[in-house]
This record gives sequence, structure tokens and C-alpha cells, in this order.
Amino acid sequence: MNRSSRLIPLIYIIFLMAPIYWLLNMSFKTTNEILGSFSLWPQNFTLENYEKIFTDPTWYMGYVNSLAYVSINTVLSVAVALPAAYAFSRYRFVGDKHLFFWLLTNRMAPAAVFALPFFQLYSAVGLFDTYLAVALAHTLFNIPLAVWILEGFMSGVPKELDETAYIDGHSFPSFFFKIFLPTIAAGVGVAMFFCFMFSWVELLLAKTLTAVEAKPIAATMTRTASTAGYELGLLAAAGTLTIVPGAFVIYFVRNYIAKGFALGRV
Amino acid sequence: MNKTINQKGWLFVLPVVVLVAFNAIIPLMTVVNYSVQETFGDNTFFWSGVGWFEQVLHSPRFHAALGRQLMFTGIILAIEIPLGVIIALAMPRKGIWVSVCLVLMALPLLIPWNVVGAMWNIFALPDIGLLGRSLNAIGWDYNFTRHPSDAWFTLIAMDVWHWTSLVVLLAYAGLVSIPDAYYQAAKIDGASPWAIFRYIQLPKMKRVLTIAVLLRFMDSFNIYTEPFVLTGGGPGNSTTLLSIDLVKVALGQFDLGPAAAMSLIYFLIILLLSWIFYTLMMRNEEQ
Repeated sequence: MNRSSRLIPLIYIIFLMAPIYWLLNMSFKTTNEILGSFSLWPQNFTLENYEKIFTDPTWYMGYVNSLAYVSINTVLSVAVALPAAYAFSRYRFVGDKHLFFWLLTNRMAPAAVFALPFFQLYSAVGLFDTYLAVALAHTLFNIPLAVWILEGFMSGVPKELDETAYIDGHSFPSFFFKIFLPTIAAGVGVAMFFCFMFSWVELLLAKTLTAVEAKPIAATMTRTASTAGYELGLLAAAGTLTIVPGAFVIYFVRNYIAKGFALGRV
Repeated sequence: MNKTINQKGWLFVLPVVVLVAFNAIIPLMTVVNYSVQETFGDNTFFWSGVGWFEQVLHSPRFHAALGRQLMFTGIILAIEIPLGVIIALAMPRKGIWVSVCLVLMALPLLIPWNVVGAMWNIFALPDIGLLGRSLNAIGWDYNFTRHPSDAWFTLIAMDVWHWTSLVVLLAYAGLVSIPDAYYQAAKIDGASPWAIFRYIQLPKMKRVLTIAVLLRFMDSFNIYTEPFVLTGGGPGNSTTLLSIDLVKVALGQFDLGPAAAMSLIYFLIILLLSWIFYTLMMRNEEQ
């Protein structure tokens, strides 16, 4: 490979990092410094924005809330998607193709369309402002995606594996949990990664379905705009901290990313 | 793979169907309900038939928002797909740089969407933002809160920043699945780099690229939070995409009937276009 093409990923990564650096830079400045002067790095380095977030429960509970509903959603989506994906990859049954497409259509539904009816539905069943409400609402787009990814991975496993296991005397549950699941472990990891990702970044539904108790961090951030003007330093620090969980998750799945984005079968 | 006919399959998909139906069908019926009724705000509803649909379909405001939406989706697809492929081709295949590249490139994908909007807002502001300040320094009178063309430029730059990595990672996954033997054979035949791309790499990436186009199409059509935080649909209405317009009608003006009719038309457009993509994709796969 020649030298000039090596530069392309480098330039791209610099482009990706520039706005993140700017956010990080601002998070170490006071709001006054941000508005008063322009500098490429903090002149009066301060941690007070972070200090405020870690000491004020109305701030840090936002992270706890977000992580809580994201975790519930991830586990729930993948748990119900596993048997469904198995059925789609192994069996033919009445309406299977239509069902698969119908599931995918829910991935296409604009959240803006569902915001108001969701609010009414979850208020009616008494789940408004709970982790469960957001976790359940996010299954709308995460279950179809998880089924899609897992189905891809499962279809890559030859059917002889199932048949041999039955001949060896395994029952279906014992085959599924002891043999099949370990075989597609990478697929499960990738599906969980995607569910985490889309639940973590979504705000419109999460904000609509919560008020105080389960309010996500991303919604907590919007209040810096309304109370004391723009508290830009605080906003930048809160924003920077929302990147951290994602970075952790990517680091753990980095070896699966390339394969997983191909949804199993290339 | 040849599948066995087994109606037990329905038992396996039942939990998924119940959960998704609860989330999809009840709210969808609520929307359908609103779309054919008229209300005066006191919780009494009157049948109004397809009136709202006609109103929305003939409204210049809806046409304008749809036009902007199609333009936005068209532009970002035209930039992100080729750019993603180019970057994936230039990426290293082995060594520690692969992990470094992948982790750094995936980072934008995991940032909450309103943080993406807020980050680009402060990045692009002409007085305190790095981008805005730099562009003004090189003599471009750049201000995305005042000039519609600058607002569009920023919006597209933000989306390219946010989502090109998805295309890169998908295309890269397609590329690493090509066995070395293919390249050696091409070398023996004296194939040009273009021929290698056209006859080896591109066919291998076809499936993942279809997924990339499908995902980017659906998600860019549904985009709401990022442009809302970045520009709020302004200046004027210049960046008011479909979702933003819809929320303005539904929650801002509380016109439930027109908003519901608009939602359904909007959803049907996405459904139709996605169905076309999906059918084409499945046909390719069967071949």
C-alpha cells in the first residue's frame, strides 16, 4: 500500500477527534472563560464542572438512570431475540418472511411518530417515569435489530451441529445452552453491543417517558440551557462523561466489531 | 441453508411478537385513531374521514419539509457511502493500528444524539467554536445560525462525522473476509488496482453495503435530535426536516389530527422505500 493512502484514515480520525477535543477542552474551562476568550487549551485549568456533576445527585443520578434502563433493555432484547432468531434461521413456518419484514419495519418507525402515543400508553399502564418504561419502549427498535444480527450469526452455523447434538442425546434446552450459545457467543456480544448503543444514544423516547425518577443524563443536560443561561462548561463536562461508557464498551468488543458489523454473514 | 417446515417456529418468536406488538400496534392504532378524527381540545372527538390526509398531502409546508428531507438523505448517502468505502480500503489489515482505528472510528456512534448536536453547536459557533472561528479566519463569512447555506453545511458535516464510521466498519468487515488467495490470484493475472476493486472487493462488499445503505436511509429519514439541538430547524425553516416539522405540529401546536395523518404518510414513505431496498437485497442474497 502506498504512503498517500495511509494518510486517509489518519485525516479521517483527526476530523473525528476535533469536535470531541473541543468538547473536552471546554469541559476544563469555566463558562466565563469560554465566553470571554478563545484558546486552543484551557488557560485556567479547572475541574469544578466535573466536581459539580459528581457531587450533585440530580446530575449523577442521570447517569445511573441511563445505565439502568440501557442494561435492562439490552438483556431483555437479546433474551427474547435469541429463540426468535433461532426459529428464523432453522425453521420455515407460516408467515415467517412477512413476520421478519414486519419486525424490521419497526426499526424504520420514526421515534417522533411514536412519542405521543407512547406517553399515553405507558401512562395508562402505570409505568410512566420508570426504568422499565424506557427499556420496553426501546425494544421497539432493538429487538428487530437483535433478531436480524443473531439470525445472521446462527445461519452461519451449519445445521449438522444441531443434528449431531440430538443424536448424542442432548435435549433441546441442553443443546441450546451448552452447545449452540457458546458457538455464537460472538454474535450475542455483537447484538448486545448494538442494543446498548442504540438505547444509550436515543433521547426523544427516553425523555418523553420520564419525568424525575428515571430521567436520563442526556435529558438532564438540556436543563443547563434553561436555568442560568447557558452553562457551557458544565454542559461540556456532562457531554464528555456521556462518551465514557461508550468508549468502554467499544474497547471490550473491539475484536468483534469488524465481524459484527457485517452481521455475521459476509 | 435448507430449512425444515416446522410450525413450532411460532412458539419461538412469540415473546418477540408480543413485545413488539405491544410497542408497535397499540401506539400505531392511536395514531390511526387521531388521524381520522377531529377534536376541539376537550377530549371529545368527531369523525372526520380522510380530511387530514388530504390537507397534509396538499400542504406546501409538508412538501417543503419532505423536499428538504429527501435532499438531506440524498446528500449524506452520496457522501457517506463512497467516503466510507475509500477509508475502509485505505485502512491497515493487520497489527495494532487496526484496533486503534476501529475504536477511535466507532466512538462517534456511541455518543448520545443530543450530545452530538450540542457538541457540533459549540464546535461550529463563529465566536467560540474551533470550526466557526477557523472558517472565519480564512475569510469565509460563516455563521450557521444566520445563513441557511452555512446551516446546511454544518448539518451535513455533522452527519458525515457521526455516521461515516458505520459505513467504514461495515465495508471493512466485508473486506477482511476476502481470502488472501484471491489477491494472489489477481496478482498473478496482473490485475490493475481498479480491476481488483471492481471484480473482487466490490462484489464481496455488496451485501454489507446494502445493509449500510438501508440503515443510513432509515436513520437519516428519522433524524430528529441532532438537527433539533444544532439548529432547531432554523434559520427560518431552512433545516426543518420531516421529524422536526412533525414534532412542531404535534407538540407545539397540539394539532393531533394533522400530526397523526402526517405521521402515517411519513411512515408509509419510509416503509415503501425500505421495502424496495429490502426486496432488492433479498433477491441478491438468493442468487
